[in-house]
Amino acid sequence: MNARIQHVELHAEDDGLNPGDVMLKVDNVSLSFGGVKAISDISFDILKGEIRAIIGPNGAGKTSMLNVINGFYHPQEGVITFRGQARSRMQPYEAAASGIARTFQNVALFKGMSTLDNIMSGRTLKMHKNFFWQVLNVGPARDEEIEHRLKVEEIIDFLEIQHIRKTPVGKLPYGLQKRVELGRALAMEPDLLLLDEPMAGMNLEEKEDMSRFILDVNSQMGTTIALIEHDMGVVMDISDRVVVLDYGRKIGDGPPDDVKNNQDVIDAYLGVSH
Amino acid sequence: MEATGVTAGGKPVTFPQYMLLNAKRFAERPAMRIKDYGIWQTWSWGEQRDEIRAFALGLKAMGLAEGERIAIVGSNRPRLYWAFCAAQSLKAIPVPVYADSVAEEMAYVLDHAGVRFAVVQDQEQVDKIQSVAADIPALTDIIFDEPRGLRDYERTHLHDFADVQEKGRAAASANPSAISDWEAGIWASDGSEISAILYTSGTTGRSKGVMLTAAASVKAAEDTAKFDNMTEHDEVLAYLPLAWVGDHYLNYAQGYAVGLCMSCPESPETVAQNLREIGPTFYFAPPRVFEGLLTSVMIRMEDASRLKKWLFDHYLGVAKRYGEKILEGRSVPLSGRISYWIGDKLIYGPLRNVLGFTRIRTAYTAGEAIGPDLFSFFRSLGINLKQLYGQTEAFLYVTAQKDGEVRPDTVGPAAPDVEIRIAENGEVQFKSPGMFAGYYGDEEKTRETLTPDGWVMTGDAGIFDAQGHLKIIDRAKDVGKLTTGALYAPKYIENKLKFFPNIKEAVAFGDGRDFVAVFLNIDLTAVGNWAERNNISYGSYQELAGLPQVYEMMTGHINQVNRDLAAEPMMAGAQIKRFLVLHKELDADDGELTRTQKVRRSFLADRYGPLIEALYDGSAEKYIETEMTFEDGRKGVIRATVKVADAEVLPVSNTMPEAAE
Repeated sequence: MNARIQHVELHAEDDGLNPGDVMLKVDNVSLSFGGVKAISDISFDILKGEIRAIIGPNGAGKTSMLNVINGFYHPQEGVITFRGQARSRMQPYEAAASGIARTFQNVALFKGMSTLDNIMSGRTLKMHKNFFWQVLNVGPARDEEIEHRLKVEEIIDFLEIQHIRKTPVGKLPYGLQKRVELGRALAMEPDLLLLDEPMAGMNLEEKEDMSRFILDVNSQMGTTIALIEHDMGVVMDISDRVVVLDYGRKIGDGPPDDVKNNQDVIDAYLGVSH
Repeated sequence: MEATGVTAGGKPVTFPQYMLLNAKRFAERPAMRIKDYGIWQTWSWGEQRDEIRAFALGLKAMGLAEGERIAIVGSNRPRLYWAFCAAQSLKAIPVPVYADSVAEEMAYVLDHAGVRFAVVQDQEQVDKIQSVAADIPALTDIIFDEPRGLRDYERTHLHDFADVQEKGRAAASANPSAISDWEAGIWASDGSEISAILYTSGTTGRSKGVMLTAAASVKAAEDTAKFDNMTEHDEVLAYLPLAWVGDHYLNYAQGYAVGLCMSCPESPETVAQNLREIGPTFYFAPPRVFEGLLTSVMIRMEDASRLKKWLFDHYLGVAKRYGEKILEGRSVPLSGRISYWIGDKLIYGPLRNVLGFTRIRTAYTAGEAIGPDLFSFFRSLGINLKQLYGQTEAFLYVTAQKDGEVRPDTVGPAAPDVEIRIAENGEVQFKSPGMFAGYYGDEEKTRETLTPDGWVMTGDAGIFDAQGHLKIIDRAKDVGKLTTGALYAPKYIENKLKFFPNIKEAVAFGDGRDFVAVFLNIDLTAVGNWAERNNISYGSYQELAGLPQVYEMMTGHINQVNRDLAAEPMMAGAQIKRFLVLHKELDADDGELTRTQKVRRSFLADRYGPLIEALYDGSAEKYIETEMTFEDGRKGVIRATVKVADAEVLPVSNTMPEAAE
């Protein structure tokens, strides 16, 4: 009989940090577009192994904050320290190479490609054989492909999307596309996973599934997660600590229960005249 | 008890004996497959024996003893099937439980069976059982297959399947005779022990634990495997609930008896894809699965190009004319054979391939009546689809259709070595090789189900036709009599009506009345389509249902049913005399149907009392107000004047051949 496939473990790289150590630190960061201040003087940190939520009303600067963290935007002021190394300018691919993966508010998958190929594309940075080897598809390149495919299959199994393995993602319902996108991010085996509204536009059941996956990613793979989410119920249930933004400023930071009772936060969400 | 089977130098009498035999005679042949990580992975009979042995020795080390019950909960996974055989090899009794049972149902079954161990698939089942652990005092340990999500659980009484196997392997290496002792224990059995307790699904009241003895189960499986010429080269896809007698019989029992290969799907959602990949040679599905397949084919054809559509329609016509005859080896003109051959290359072959039916030698359906058109469709494509009738109490087979003697409206003659009789009240009773040994812990129920002379009462009413084929007509308790003395079986009549695509639901009345009358519900999609094609305009369901043209159409259908009924001596007296088309769709939200879409007769009798009276008092129409619930939960009243129409009743002819009874 053919050799049985062995279970492979997916896990974040060992970066020498212990759970609870500061993984990423944002110090007095400000970002403006022309005269518009998107983020002003914000500081917070993300600890290794936690689920950190960033919440706030529309236009509060949440997505801008994520874009700053993964190097897509470059803040005019302030310092970002990732694993003890301060940086002010960084390109997104450098962020990716250093172990930061993300998903997008609007699904950004390759619509014409299958689920499998989309997730496989998340392994690109981990492939070491060069393009010519891969084109030849023999020997070491083939072995490498098989090794990566195994990791991808582990993710497909983990996210329970075996039935859409070969389906072009453009044909899938929104909730499943979101799951595939999470899969692609997981394929990088990131240390820090940034999720931009992972549950936007989902029904209750899909939200429950997604919450389960996020918690499992966190506990089983040891991945640190920062997420933006509008659904307060979800945020309060799954996150360890919450940072609240409003008009580009930080108005609250702490465990969900503290944040929930913070008067500024209540005002921002219920709306008071400014 | 005298020595039987292997101990007397004969064939195996238990499934573990077959497992050992197969590991010897088919050592390198595939026994079990599962698609995992996108690849089919296979265990040979030899490897399967090693897996089962390791688990069995592990269970023994954990203290599982002869006669103790062990629950098995989950979907179709190799390890769960191995757990059956491992338990049986220690003469412990596997008790499979429906994986989708809610916690209370599960607690009831596990407690009733007094299980000591539970082997479950995943975290979901572990959570469920732990939440009701207080109600299952006998349960000590849970063993799980998939570790995902269980890492942080307290492990004192929770074990990984692999760890139990490891324990078994350790025991085997510590004690050199452990393996030979285990095998000797298996061969020592005379097959008189209980080999499984299968709980009925419990549609009527609490579920009951049907006890099956090993030798009887083996005998039944050997009989039917021979009946369908099954061999070790057969392949099946195990996708039906593990706890259901059909799965246990068709995949596990028959599988061990002939040494075939069982494949487990990757996940419940991938069954259709996996079916295509495996191409089983033996297949079972309830009628609604076949219905779903037909619908999906038809929908896809709607989007096909004109040429393809024309080809499809043309060759389906050819298949309808010749397909079944060719399948049954009857005479067909040469031109017909040639057309069918071309159709097979162009349409039927590719279609069978898409459905995963390319290699099927035998397919069965059972559980409810199947529409004749639906049945013929699959047969005309060259798929040997047959019907069987069975029960958990019989360890499945009571009747089965023989190759070449298949008809849509009967369930065939008695299966091999099964005896059937029809009681005074029309109830089907049987004695069979796989007959159950009683309900577990419920002697009273056992007595209620057995006649004093030892026959099993099925609760179904049936008749034998002229060829000695059994026809199931209804639940025995629902069968009544008209005042004329004619036999009246409501479901039989309703099913005949529901086979028309235009009729969604039918409710028959007649017990204790002068004649049979029915309520009809039109199928909005089918009738709406028809109206569109014929330029008939309508504004609402109610208006469409009341149109004279619709009544005309329904009269046509009912006359057809009456013609069918008149041709059956037992049923000819119960033809439909009057009917009406209901002005609203029967709906579970209004309490008219159960959540499983079954008609609630007594409720309807109250709600539509005036309409029922109108059917019998001769009036031509009746005004009625009914309360209904909208989708958003608001309530409203719907008023209508419903017309009552007459149908043509054919004279009962006595020239029909009498049933050979």
